[in-house]
Amino acid sequence: MVTLDDLKTPKTNTWCPGCGNFGILMAFKKALIELGIEREEAVLVSGIGCHGKMVNYVNINGFHGIHGRVLPLAQGIKLANPELKVVGFAGDADQYNEGWGHFAHAARTNIDMTLIVHDNMVLGLTTGQATSTSQQGFKSKSTPFGVIPPMLNPVAHALVSDGTFVARGFSGDMFHLKNLIVEAIKHRGFAFIDVFQPCVTFNYLNTYDWFRQRVYKLEDEGHDVTDRKKALEKALEWGDRIPIGIFYNKERPTYYDNLPHLKDAPLTKVPTENVDVTSTLNEMM
Amino acid sequence: MITNKISLLVGGEAGAGITRSGFLFAKTCLRGGLYVFGANDYQSLIRGGHNFYTVRADREMVYSQADTVDLLLALNKETILFHKDELVSGAGVIYDGDQISITDEELGRGDIKLYPVPLRSIVKELEGPQIMENTVALGAAIALLDYELELLDSVLRDTFSPKTAEQNMEAAKQGYDYTREHYGNSFGYRLKKTVSAGKKRIFLTGNEAIGLGAINAGCKLYAAYPMTPATSILHFLAPLDRQHKMVVIQTENEIAAVNMVAGASYAGVRSMTATSGGGFCLMSEGLGMTGMTETSPVIVLVQRPGPSTGLPTYTAQGDLRFAIHASQGEFPRVVIAPGNVEESFCMTIEAFNLAEKFQIPALIISDKYLAESHGTAEPFDQSRIGIDRGKLITETEYTGEGEYKRHKFTEDGISPRAIPGTKGAIVRTNADEHNELGYTTEDPVLTTKMTDKRFKKLDALNKELENYETVKFYGPAKADATIIGWGSTKGPIREAMKILGKEGITVNYLQIVYLHPFPADKVQRILQSAKKTIVVENNKTSMLSSLIRERLLTTVDHKILKYDGRPFNPEALSQSIKEVL
Repeated sequence: MVTLDDLKTPKTNTWCPGCGNFGILMAFKKALIELGIEREEAVLVSGIGCHGKMVNYVNINGFHGIHGRVLPLAQGIKLANPELKVVGFAGDADQYNEGWGHFAHAARTNIDMTLIVHDNMVLGLTTGQATSTSQQGFKSKSTPFGVIPPMLNPVAHALVSDGTFVARGFSGDMFHLKNLIVEAIKHRGFAFIDVFQPCVTFNYLNTYDWFRQRVYKLEDEGHDVTDRKKALEKALEWGDRIPIGIFYNKERPTYYDNLPHLKDAPLTKVPTENVDVTSTLNEMM
Repeated sequence: MITNKISLLVGGEAGAGITRSGFLFAKTCLRGGLYVFGANDYQSLIRGGHNFYTVRADREMVYSQADTVDLLLALNKETILFHKDELVSGAGVIYDGDQISITDEELGRGDIKLYPVPLRSIVKELEGPQIMENTVALGAAIALLDYELELLDSVLRDTFSPKTAEQNMEAAKQGYDYTREHYGNSFGYRLKKTVSAGKKRIFLTGNEAIGLGAINAGCKLYAAYPMTPATSILHFLAPLDRQHKMVVIQTENEIAAVNMVAGASYAGVRSMTATSGGGFCLMSEGLGMTGMTETSPVIVLVQRPGPSTGLPTYTAQGDLRFAIHASQGEFPRVVIAPGNVEESFCMTIEAFNLAEKFQIPALIISDKYLAESHGTAEPFDQSRIGIDRGKLITETEYTGEGEYKRHKFTEDGISPRAIPGTKGAIVRTNADEHNELGYTTEDPVLTTKMTDKRFKKLDALNKELENYETVKFYGPAKADATIIGWGSTKGPIREAMKILGKEGITVNYLQIVYLHPFPADKVQRILQSAKKTIVVENNKTSMLSSLIRERLLTTVDHKILKYDGRPFNPEALSQSIKEVL
């Protein structure tokens, strides 16, 4: 059984003291332990941004990719070897700005993987610019007079894109987040968790306190996770009360389920040698 | 009477089945024992416009299309007017005389044989779809050429469903009978079954050959976004994925495609993507990531004229520098340019081997002319090249010394490669600069060391390539001039050599197959003894000349450049060569 010690790496953590990422890091490690996933069985894929350093802090297989491309990279790994548990970590700018074009497609394509977005509603590593989830009016280095457009709603987008597992967590509530991650990894299909992750250095607005005053848990209010319409209604809630928890969880056949020829063996186990193309050559005569 | 030597052109509107008809005629010739080359020319539209397909068949090997046309199958009047000046004296034109009237005045010449055939009324009588007019025309062509209808029938049977084939065979027969009856043996060209009839040669496009090569090389994941002229690789592979246990997936864009193949490669699966220039722009960042993470996908760049959208359905060789230099920073890669269908097959397998062996991205650079033209080849030898996965750890458990290090420093720079899932190995890689374990680093010493490690692989690759056919040489050792080219110009160049040879002019030809790393020694050796050097390229700035200048400090004597979106024609090319001699 894997332990917290096993998951430790020699890398010194360089996140700011109090960074919301710590809660996500611990929640993920605890989820791995709870699920009994061995280090060799899981792959951590991360993008670029403060979150991207996850790959340095969890001692499991990892691929630290480029900005915005966590999803296709993770999908490629999963398609190659569905026996692996693939968990992608992205930032809000990483996924909702640079990588937005992949998001809806990942939801509808439904390759079995988990995406956890560290959503601090600001660009951290580039020292404080607005992202698509920054609130309207949010003043940053790139928006000194306040963000003009309204914020993007990733949870609602995941729902309308036929995402099969859509959740939101708060890194200030690590145990709740851990449970969400456990459920997401267990889910067969594309599981998405948007995580409120306060940036203690560049987001003066959406602080731990700000979130604590607003978040409430869907499960405490008897939300039916199989009701997509209700889930969407909840996803549109924003203001004094902001829901966290599982909005929607309903499996449908994954992409791989629709590839009957790969039922017996993953691609990694299909021999590379002696592939015969004679029948196709014959058709070309 | 000219026997077994024909250049046929079928033309008409888009949507009229032009390419299909040309292909059917080409296959008919193939089965009669001839060598065939088929090239299509179409515009970026679905209906209307002017499309044509040329078929050149000969009892000797044909490497390209011809400059001129002996027999024209015109499915509309525009085709006649468009191609009238390409017709040889005594050429024939098959067209629907009820629908089209054409005069010698309009043709501007009186040496063309007009063969009106009532294509539409024959189809109407048979109650077939209008598109079948071209099958009637094919039957007429077979009759004019005194060829065997059964050869066409056999192709129709293998191409269509039994019912459609039956209908088309009847249409062809009607066209054949009408033409026999009305025109007898009046045409000066003839096709006869040769002793090679029944010899099993294959007829395929460059893209199909790349697809076949990928399958044969054990490619298990193909991810791509449609972009002409690379799309037909996707079309070719998609229906074969079940048979060969592959995943063939159309991604949301090229960025997704390149990242997906990188992920699959990391996970231990041979993977490939293909695109054209615009899509390759989008892939550039991902390409650099594969260099940094030492993952090894194969990326096919099928060129078309640029910049930007350019001429989407035409050909060019303007992306050579782009392929060699794409993406920021410095990292080793291999860039291979096949010149015909056989090379497209073999070099795709080589690309997979080199990519995995040296843990680098491998690029295959082709173009629309090679990718979509059909060429004749002997059935490919599927076991000649073999599979070499390099330092891949295939055991389910890592038993090496100490902790597994994905980017371990080694003598040749190549690290043993475990795949995620291997017991006892944590496989970590990183687009950031990293240490041997794959953890991020910004340390100056380690940065230098890691860069050196990656470039040691280039030394190892160079050594390996000494045993590869990185250049090919054709013609006599001593010649009036040495032609230098890369990629699809091979066909027209070899045809031009034949033409010049008949006129007593000897040229030889250096085909540079591996453009990067550049086979400097081999090129140097050949150029040293060249009397005069002529670079032939489908681009404006002669990137190959600049590459030779850069690598060998040699300036080539002449450049013959064509950048109108069309491939070289052999006659015209031989004229251009004569002009500079």
